[in-house]
Amino acid sequence: MKSLGSIRRSFAPWADPTAVPFIAVKNVTKKFGDFVAVDNLSLNIYPREFFALLGASGCGKSTLLRMLAGFEQPTSGEIVLDGQSLAGIPPYRRPVNMMFQSYALFPHMTVENNIAFGLKQDGMPKPQIAERVDQMLKLVKLDKFAKRKPHQLSGGQRQRVALARSLAKRPKVLLLDEPLGALDKKLREETQFELMDLQQQLGLTFVVVTHDQEEAMTMADRIAVMAHGKVIQVATPPEIYEAPNSRFVADFIGDVNIFDGTVSSAGPGTVEIATQTGFTVRVASSDAPAVGAKIGLAIRPEKIRVSRDEPACAPLNAAQGEIWDIGYLGDMTIFHVRLKDGKVIKASSLNAVRAVEDPLGYDQQVWISFDENAGVVLKD
Amino acid sequence: MSKFGSAIFNRLVIIIPYAWLTIFFLAPFFIVLRISLSETAIAMPPYLPVFNLVDGVSGIVDKLGELSVANYVFLAGDALYTNAYISSLKIAVISTIATLLIAYPIAYGMAKAPNMVRPTLLMLVILPFWTSFLIRVYAWIAILKPEGLLNQLLLTLGVIDEPLIILNTNWAIYIGIVYSYLPFMVLPIYSSLEKMDHSLTEAALDLGCTPIRAFWRVTFPLSMPGVIAGCMLVFIPAVGEFVIPDLLGGSETLMIGKTLWNEFNANRDWPVSAAVATILLLILVVPIMFFQHAQAKADGEGK
Repeated sequence: MKSLGSIRRSFAPWADPTAVPFIAVKNVTKKFGDFVAVDNLSLNIYPREFFALLGASGCGKSTLLRMLAGFEQPTSGEIVLDGQSLAGIPPYRRPVNMMFQSYALFPHMTVENNIAFGLKQDGMPKPQIAERVDQMLKLVKLDKFAKRKPHQLSGGQRQRVALARSLAKRPKVLLLDEPLGALDKKLREETQFELMDLQQQLGLTFVVVTHDQEEAMTMADRIAVMAHGKVIQVATPPEIYEAPNSRFVADFIGDVNIFDGTVSSAGPGTVEIATQTGFTVRVASSDAPAVGAKIGLAIRPEKIRVSRDEPACAPLNAAQGEIWDIGYLGDMTIFHVRLKDGKVIKASSLNAVRAVEDPLGYDQQVWISFDENAGVVLKD
Repeated sequence: MSKFGSAIFNRLVIIIPYAWLTIFFLAPFFIVLRISLSETAIAMPPYLPVFNLVDGVSGIVDKLGELSVANYVFLAGDALYTNAYISSLKIAVISTIATLLIAYPIAYGMAKAPNMVRPTLLMLVILPFWTSFLIRVYAWIAILKPEGLLNQLLLTLGVIDEPLIILNTNWAIYIGIVYSYLPFMVLPIYSSLEKMDHSLTEAALDLGCTPIRAFWRVTFPLSMPGVIAGCMLVFIPAVGEFVIPDLLGGSETLMIGKTLWNEFNANRDWPVSAAVATILLLILVVPIMFFQHAQAKADGEGK
């Protein structure tokens, strides 16, 4: 069997212009009274994709998911699933199933009856239902709990029942609304990988809504970062992290330092920026902005080095400051370095060795520096 | 508070409901039970034997021997009482079902109403209580009588050619009970529907239920505690109802509450009316206890 990694690496239907999207969201707008929850949004999701809608609460991600499920109807625009328009199709006739944030398990039914619920609605013969329920219980490793009621299960077990129930009908698309939100951190991390394995194993299309960027980064093939009812960027996790298309995305995903400045010169493939902080940076940029343009430069903390000695690249891509704060996290240490103009920069360094002789301490004068390809130019 | 002190406090808290039940339910019940075992007499109080501390312990023991179940034998032998019980139960069952059929949609509508209007709707359901129960029942006489509002309306609309005879029939009793007890059915059902997680209905729709099926498979079963509470609150007082059959019912209407009133006031037969009341209590309590036992067993399953 091919390892998960190799399948994943070759999986990029969005890069193929001939690929037909499985779910096409076309110019969808959803208004609640005057409030625009989803604003002229378009998206393509491909078969077998694990797609994440990521954003803060109120960004419209849940409304979009509920429109896919059929609980809300778009005010305008259209959603097409597998070549069929979903307009006017009620939730109970859609080939999609949803796993609810609250799990929404039926409290008056046993685990097996919860899982069998959807199958009974379809009029599946009893022996087949029993077989399918058995299969689902094994899939989520709950075969011993078939006769229990939801209130007799732990949070993690309930989450699995909800998952089994939403998968039992073999939907074309599984919608997951904050699927791991109610679990504690350890369990959440475990379950993330289980969900990914399950999705690969069943070959289904998953659309997950989450506000947890780590969750989205770990599980998804592509992430749509949303704000104010619009998609800001759709890309793979590495692209989202390393090449955010806007200040919003750079700031929303992970930690970032943003230097504001003006383009002072633009060479082939590189730009030089005079930052407001007072030093000059030279970064690689494929499309050079015009000289004099006001831009931002985003640099992730782990790409900034902190050293006592003046780096070789100085005065380019280097600035002096003093250590303002130190956060020791075990696997890494986060330095807050205060530059001469008062701007505080975050830099993190991996603690690859157990004991460092003469570690950096508070109030020490240091240099920060970074490579030419460390930063991303943000034009907005 | 010390650990010891809080333990005592916890016990005291439990004592309050027990004390309440003992003083206001159990003690009166035993008095009624004891009177039902006595014999009627022209005296004050109008029954024999009368226990008196003056008799001393031996005297009281002697008098205990005078108690008998003769009144119960008498009740069993007279078809009037059996018929009154059966008729009361029948009227109570029919009115409870009718109340449920009317109250459920009301409660459902209230639970689904926007948050803003819910308190108003709740208030409207309770509002009739601001007027005396007796006056509201009298008002129904004015509505239901042959020349009353209802008949006038129907005659004017041309629905009927001659007045309907509703007053002084069982129909009037059903109308009176359903009207009077409606809030007691609406409120518990509303409270069980209102706290229900809306995503359960959505989950049912998502799994392929039409809205009607989702109601019967999910919403209704989950509102059962409210339905049962409401039915109890209507059925129990309806069985023993006296005012409504007395004012709205006819002479042929036989209800145990009315029979009891006759025995107690017209016949001044305290022992027989006490026996009637005791049997009524048994008729109501025994099925409820069975039901609760079954319920507790069902809840305990699968643990």
